[in-house]
Amino acid sequence: MPGRFSDIIVIGAGPNGLACATRLAQKGRRVTLLEAEAAPGGGARALPDLAPGYRSPALAHLIWQFDPRAEAAMDLSRHGLEWAAQGIPTTVLSPDGPLTIRGGLAEGPDAGAWATLYQRMLCFAGALEPFRRMTPPRLAKDNSWGQLAKNLLKLRALGTHDFRELLRVLLINAHDVAQDELTDPRLRAALCFDATLGAWAGPRSPNTLILWLDRLAGQIGGQRASLGMPKGGMPALAAAMARAAEAAGVTLRQGARVARIVTDGERVSGVTLADGGELRADLVISAIGPKSTLLDLVGPRALDAGLVTRLRHQKSRGGAAKLHLALSAAPDFGTDLHARMILAGDEHEVESAFNPVKYGEVPERPVMEILLPSAFDPGHAPEGGHVLSATVQFAPHDPKIGRDEARAAMLEASLARLEAAAPGIRRMIVRADLLMPYDIERQFGMAGGNWHHGELTVEQMLFLRPIPQLSRYATPIRGLWLTGAGTHPGGMSGAAGWNTAGAVLEARQ
Amino acid sequence: MIPQRHYEKPLRETPFHPRTAPLNRLQNWGAWAGYMTPSCYGDSAMEHTGIRNTATLYDISPMIKYRIRGPEAADYLNRLTLRDAARLPVGAVHYTAWTDDAGQVMDDGTLFRLGADDFRLCCQERHLPWLLDSAWGFDVTIGDETDRIAGLALQGPVSATVLAAAGFDVSALKPFRLATFPLSAGEVTISRTGFTGDLGYELWTTPEDALVLWDHLMAHGAPLGLVPTGTDAVMLARTEAGFLTTNLDFIPAQQALREDRTRSPLELGLGWMIAWDKGPFTGRRALMAEREGKTSRWALVGLDIPGNVSAEGSILYHGKRREAGFVTAACWSPTLKRNIAIAHVAAKYADCRDLWVEIYALRELQYHKLMLPVTKTERPFFAPDRRRATPPGRF
Amino acid sequence: MTYDAVILGAGHNGLVTACYLARAGMKVLVVEKNDWIGGAAVSRELTPGFTYSNCSYVASLFRPEIMRDLELPRHGLQILPYEGGAVLQEGGGYLGMFRDHDANRREFARHSPRDAEAYDIYSRDVLRHCRFIRPLLLRTPPDPARFRPRDMGELLWIGKQVSALSEAQIAGMVRFWTMSISDYLDHYFENPVIKAYLAVSAIIGTALGPMSPGSAYVLLHHYMGDVDGNIGAWGFARGGMGAITRALASSLRSSGGEIRTGAAVEKVLVKGGRTTGVVLEGGDEIRAKRVISNMDVKRTMLRHVDEADLPGDYIASVRKFKTRGSSGKLNIALDGVPKFPALPEGSTALKGDLHFTDSIEKMERAYDDWKAGHFSRDPFQDVMIPTMIDPTMTPPGKHFMSCFVQYAPPKIEGRDWTDADRDAFGQTCLDQIERYAPGFKNLVLHVEVRTPRELEAEVGLTEGNIFQGELTFDQLLFNRPVPGYANYRTPVRDLWICGSSTHPGGGVMGAPGRNAAAEILRDAKLSVRDMSDAWAVL
Repeated sequence: MPGRFSDIIVIGAGPNGLACATRLAQKGRRVTLLEAEAAPGGGARALPDLAPGYRSPALAHLIWQFDPRAEAAMDLSRHGLEWAAQGIPTTVLSPDGPLTIRGGLAEGPDAGAWATLYQRMLCFAGALEPFRRMTPPRLAKDNSWGQLAKNLLKLRALGTHDFRELLRVLLINAHDVAQDELTDPRLRAALCFDATLGAWAGPRSPNTLILWLDRLAGQIGGQRASLGMPKGGMPALAAAMARAAEAAGVTLRQGARVARIVTDGERVSGVTLADGGELRADLVISAIGPKSTLLDLVGPRALDAGLVTRLRHQKSRGGAAKLHLALSAAPDFGTDLHARMILAGDEHEVESAFNPVKYGEVPERPVMEILLPSAFDPGHAPEGGHVLSATVQFAPHDPKIGRDEARAAMLEASLARLEAAAPGIRRMIVRADLLMPYDIERQFGMAGGNWHHGELTVEQMLFLRPIPQLSRYATPIRGLWLTGAGTHPGGMSGAAGWNTAGAVLEARQ
Repeated sequence: MIPQRHYEKPLRETPFHPRTAPLNRLQNWGAWAGYMTPSCYGDSAMEHTGIRNTATLYDISPMIKYRIRGPEAADYLNRLTLRDAARLPVGAVHYTAWTDDAGQVMDDGTLFRLGADDFRLCCQERHLPWLLDSAWGFDVTIGDETDRIAGLALQGPVSATVLAAAGFDVSALKPFRLATFPLSAGEVTISRTGFTGDLGYELWTTPEDALVLWDHLMAHGAPLGLVPTGTDAVMLARTEAGFLTTNLDFIPAQQALREDRTRSPLELGLGWMIAWDKGPFTGRRALMAEREGKTSRWALVGLDIPGNVSAEGSILYHGKRREAGFVTAACWSPTLKRNIAIAHVAAKYADCRDLWVEIYALRELQYHKLMLPVTKTERPFFAPDRRRATPPGRF
Repeated sequence: MTYDAVILGAGHNGLVTACYLARAGMKVLVVEKNDWIGGAAVSRELTPGFTYSNCSYVASLFRPEIMRDLELPRHGLQILPYEGGAVLQEGGGYLGMFRDHDANRREFARHSPRDAEAYDIYSRDVLRHCRFIRPLLLRTPPDPARFRPRDMGELLWIGKQVSALSEAQIAGMVRFWTMSISDYLDHYFENPVIKAYLAVSAIIGTALGPMSPGSAYVLLHHYMGDVDGNIGAWGFARGGMGAITRALASSLRSSGGEIRTGAAVEKVLVKGGRTTGVVLEGGDEIRAKRVISNMDVKRTMLRHVDEADLPGDYIASVRKFKTRGSSGKLNIALDGVPKFPALPEGSTALKGDLHFTDSIEKMERAYDDWKAGHFSRDPFQDVMIPTMIDPTMTPPGKHFMSCFVQYAPPKIEGRDWTDADRDAFGQTCLDQIERYAPGFKNLVLHVEVRTPRELEAEVGLTEGNIFQGELTFDQLLFNRPVPGYANYRTPVRDLWICGSSTHPGGGVMGAPGRNAAAEILRDAKLSVRDMSDAWAVL
């Protein structure tokens, strides 16, 4: 096969692809990182054209977690990363008045209850965190028993009482915990919203509290469960990671869309690009999602039929839409705009917003997470103007009424909700843009428009992620590996990429 | 269309039922895939003699038949099955099998290539979900045509003569080849295939022409000794021929409730059919690993047992003490005058000599317990030259 | 005099415990607040000549080991298997269920040929999970937070069972235990009616919808029973569900136990951290070496034990135990067999259960109503006419119809049910049946409508939860009823819990009662020789 040869090809320059490529390059491998778009970042990319002078992050607008190993190795501050804000507070917008939460500190009558609950959950999250850093254990043989035993002992070290409580709440729903532990509907709303953010589940669904624990397990800059926004927004983070990768020796090729992964069914030999170019490598790592990688780029013929069926049935429903507003002035939410705002009055509102989505319908009263990047970093909008970036939940990935109609209905419902929270905001809108899950799928290649390239739910976690047969990053095709949000532990913290690089290096020894 | 009140007759009649029913003197019916077919018309021993001496008709309409068509049908079957379907010529048939991802046999069957892009897969069990799931990404259509194709097995040394008398010239038809002939307003497809290990053919037509075919064959065949046969005699013949029967000699992987009951083709002695070099197919990785790692757990063997007491359902021992396997099919072979059996032997005992079978023989309400040494022997137990001769001999 | 054991509540689990203790030689008294026994396994004559199974209505989960140990058939118990069943579709079609494999396949194939064949694979997979879980039913769950030899041993035993499975099977099991039934069925089936039929067991009695994760486990919970070794089969008790508790009572009396009806417990006496007996309403005091409550954990602890006698975090845990009721029940006396025009004449469907919910979406929407604090506008009903099989429950030609209804919330929009709410609920259900069986209402001679309010008031099920506690993972196995107390014990020495709020949970299974008896006997250093362990699953 003609074409250029590198040791390793990594497909997809999102945070995980970048982290993976960097680690491998730092270990002396010749790594080529292929990115289909003109800029790196994946879900952290910039929205190309909101309105003149307005810049908005396309999908992710905040960072919850950055894998500490990747963070240390990439040393992003050396590569131009600056923070516009760290430790961003959360404000719940409610008819009862706004309520601000800073980690374990909450305003209002439930301050004590919140602090207790938050500390306990943070503690559980901390005990579970080591699992994020390892290749998922195998259930039968050939396990890294030592690591597993160490992690399990850490869980047990919580003490009898807390260990029991952890086992009780591990698969519980967020709604019940909110009701059991809190009385303030705004705090209940915050808990329920954060537990289901990006999920295809309402807070009454069992197995949702663990999603909150997963969120709390993250850290940035040594700061646990902290929210940060880089100066220049998330695209700046991606750019810094790309520079770090290149500094480590990674060859980054942008605008290089992979059309096929070349394999004889037994082992991988390289990739073919959409422009016809060919690249050879006997190690290919794909960060663009398990379904896209195996079903589209490899194709079913090289794979066993059972695996293909399992992968096709892997759940990947996106339930979140992304709203961008270019505003001519500062909206009045009745609160300080230097916060992440949650627009949800109580736990029931979050659940009710999910109900219609189960049937492919658009909710009348969606709930949302609102951020004004321009409030933290003026470069995002022209003088006096603002950019509003919101994750709107829940949105149908396969609407019954048709995609354009659903998008229009969702936009109207979102704007109506915003207008009620910030009267007058509709008149400030210079441009509105809403990405439904199917738009996200089309533009970002995320199966079903799900942020995680496959739902992050208990039955698709750890050794079940993305599917049991593929849970250790390796694929049945020798030399082809999976990484990215679709693999353990999900998300865009770079942890999956880092873990994969480790697994690849171990296998090569 | 399935009638709404289908449940009033859970066992359906085959297209040949109007003929088989009056002939079934014992009214001894067996259930086969939701149909009733004769187990024995009157005398199994005579029916078996028919198979080995003259010619017999056996209703195989309940056989599950899937039609696979489309420009990528051969590619699809190559990914699905163990043999190389691309190398199967149009107008030919081969015996094949397929496995799941873990390389465990899901079923075996015969694959007919009716045209360049047109195949029929005949098998014992139903597999539509697997066949459809496997088709994802292939330009093929798959349909169940079990009810639309009536089948008759015409088996026995005189079967070619019967066909000739009936006006179907099959003298040039080699084993595993098929030919089509006009029949009344329609046609009949005749394949030189069968389940008896003898000279024989299988005839396929529409349910509408089924009785015409039966009558036509009987009219010309009866003077030559053609008789109908039931399942009992055919099962005896297939044991003599050493053929496997799904759900008797192995459990299809998708049906096995107990995980350890499944078998790989290597464990069933079907390793010969695996086209390792044809490219990827489902189960290949697992089978390669089994072959290279020598991790087969079982071996399927033919056994010769002293005496004449059938070893059906018996357990095998090594050194008379350690359980070493079990018998799945056994009979006293009237043709060979030998006591034969098909058995699964645990891999570690597969090459041992000191194997024994423990037989519980029921005689007048009391069991006699026998412990007999067994000898491994080649399968097929019975393989006469006449089964392959082309043109076939007259008898 | 002092009893060795007094059991609070003559439900099936209380009676099972009582029987085992009496057989081991203890002096046993069962006290029951109602004037009749049975708890939720009861047959009652509420209109002359008609016997109602007016709470639980199917007998399939009851452990055969217990039937055998307690000689229940000798005491009159007879189980009759279902013969059919059907989902009636909007628009006049239906999907029937048949015991004959070929008939059932063809029936499914009328709706989807692919699904007809997928059903066998699905059944095989579910059966695998049943086979794994069945031996766990008759064992006390270990406490994974303790290092006592018994807990460690039990954990090891479970680990051994798991390690006997293949990696794929373990993964499949974890997924099955955590998934929604809707997602699970999507792996196998394409046809909405078939999915709706199969999803039923995942919502019965549950405050979950078919799209809620964890609902697949609930299906397993309903499938792990068997009728004569036929795993997953459902059946009727001849003479109604009360036949089970009547046989238990007879078995109990034959081994010397006593039952007092009309005897409601006021308070469990606690002295120095241990119980000494109970006081009945009206002031009678019964002294006993141990008290065993068949009531759910909330009712037992929050109503009948002094708060001062219990540790604070235990009470907090008990308060968090979820018992939200989700079901109602209509018991109807009929003048004849209603005619369902969709079903062919002579269909066996009436010898099993009928449903009118032909899609998972409808089921889930019914659940959405429940979440919002309403009974479902278009409810799911599991309707059956046991008298099509059982000749003993009504006069000849008359029939008893049992309608199990989802969803009915414990409170209506946060307030208590009123009689008007109850009547509206009943009417909604009757109207639904009438839509599929025109003229049905003319046959109705008497109706008993039971909402969670009635279930709580009469049977004593807190919030009307038929399982004495929801069946989600946070309340299963070692978490049931509360972490650290899954071994049928309570913080009060000699006060035990034996009802469905303990492992393995609800359904007329008898396993909690049997397991509690095993713990009590071991604690009393008495022999458990006459108690069968779970029979081997070959």
